Amino acid sequence: MDEVLLRSLTPTVLGILVRRGADFAAAEDAVQDALLEAARVWPADPPRDAKSWLVTVAWRKFLDQVRADAARRRRENRVEEEPAPGPAPAVDDTLQLYFLCAHPSLTPSSAVALTLRAVGGLTTRQIAQAYLVPEATMAQRISRAKRTVSGVRFDQPGDVATVLRVLYLVFNEGYSGDIDLAAEAIRLTRQLAAQVDHPEVAGLLALMLLHHARRATRTAPDGSLVPLAAQDRGRWDTELIAEGVRILQAALARDRLGEFQAQAAIAALHADAPTAEETDWVQIVEWYDELARLTDSPIVRLNRAVALGEADGPRAGLAALAALDTALPRHTAVAAYLHERDGDLVTAARLYAEAAGKAPSLAERDYLTRQAARLNALHRH
Amino acid sequence: MAKYLLLKHYRGAPAAVNDVPMDQWTPEEISAHIQYMNDFAARLEKSGEFVDGQALAPEGAWVRYDGEGRPPVTDGPFAETKDLIAGWMVIDVDSYERAVELAGELSAAPGAGGKPIHEWLEVRPFLAAPPTIAE
Repeated sequence: MDEVLLRSLTPTVLGILVRRGADFAAAEDAVQDALLEAARVWPADPPRDAKSWLVTVAWRKFLDQVRADAARRRRENRVEEEPAPGPAPAVDDTLQLYFLCAHPSLTPSSAVALTLRAVGGLTTRQIAQAYLVPEATMAQRISRAKRTVSGVRFDQPGDVATVLRVLYLVFNEGYSGDIDLAAEAIRLTRQLAAQVDHPEVAGLLALMLLHHARRATRTAPDGSLVPLAAQDRGRWDTELIAEGVRILQAALARDRLGEFQAQAAIAALHADAPTAEETDWVQIVEWYDELARLTDSPIVRLNRAVALGEADGPRAGLAALAALDTALPRHTAVAAYLHERDGDLVTAARLYAEAAGKAPSLAERDYLTRQAARLNALHRH
Repeated sequence: MAKYLLLKHYRGAPAAVNDVPMDQWTPEEISAHIQYMNDFAARLEKSGEFVDGQALAPEGAWVRYDGEGRPPVTDGPFAETKDLIAGWMVIDVDSYERAVELAGELSAAPGAGGKPIHEWLEVRPFLAAPPTIAE
């Protein structure tokens, strides 16, 4: 059994332990221990039934821990009376675990870490590597998060929107270790979509698939960024695109629009264009209008200005940009691009260089510096 | 083994020999520079001398405590005269001479015209933990 299949059993096993009366924090530790043992033992001695193996071992680890604690506290008797593990309950508590790990009392970074461990089955070390922090720091973050949610009742439904925000963060941020966080976010969102029937869950899944389909073309072999218009569309993953579009269409048909469906619709329009020039920018502007209505986010308005610049010409884009706060992230980069499209290369070069100084990532900074250099080189000739 | 910090400056260091701002290079020269920096870090990882490397945004602020119950005071953006760190690399090497040799290599990264920048880098030894045998 491969590692991903093993990890996909994590929330089910954890849910069973909690149903049997284990408290969440201790059960989560026990499941993590069982996963580590599985990784050690299974290659040589694979179990016939992976799930029951994990439940049995995790429950034993949990009891060992409780007994060790109890011995310390001289409460041996009460624990000995705990019922023996019965058959696994029919209900799957995976959904409850998603809610718990994304509980509003958690900070975003804690919710992300706890979700990756308790639902995703990743080890603390893998999560620490993905976010470039020391393992001890990540271990503390997770154990504090578990303490924070220790009083939360397990059987109360939560808000799907908080779960989606956490999964979106996992997809969008994080570095590389031996875990591909984008793929992990897709796996967790798929698993969630199987648990709950909600158009925004489908919308987020579609959004992830449509972006993931373009992943191989987003960076050049030397690591530099390749903008959407310059990507080799022949290398986009058509299967992922088809799946994303199918999921999105089914969600949209239910007429309960949300921000993830709207974002996915924009991604789908890009995916649908055989060349950058054939992009349906008019429709994309309309979707940005929907998004602005749904979220009232200045970032959406900034992206809308870019789309408007393509649909109605750079002057229209610049006019829309003029209404926005210049302190917005990437405002200067957008201004540079629109001025270039408008033919004012001197202003564009100056703004690209200025935008490079404000870039939030090294890759973006290098990209913007190259843009400035390209225009300055044209100017010299 | 001893750790050294190699510091690169946006400003505040003596002027480099090949001192042309990056946006005045050609895109190919920028690519060559980035490639050189990546190769350098990869080579140090292979030799077991690389610890960490990070780049910093040029924008920032001064911050200080302003007394009980009051929010911290911030002062920014930085004045044009402030020494401004662009990034660092931490290396773990056998000698000061090796640290200087590596800083020299890093300073030879190509810039405008494909020629080495000869940029001044700051080399700073870490204050280490006290040794077990002190006498």
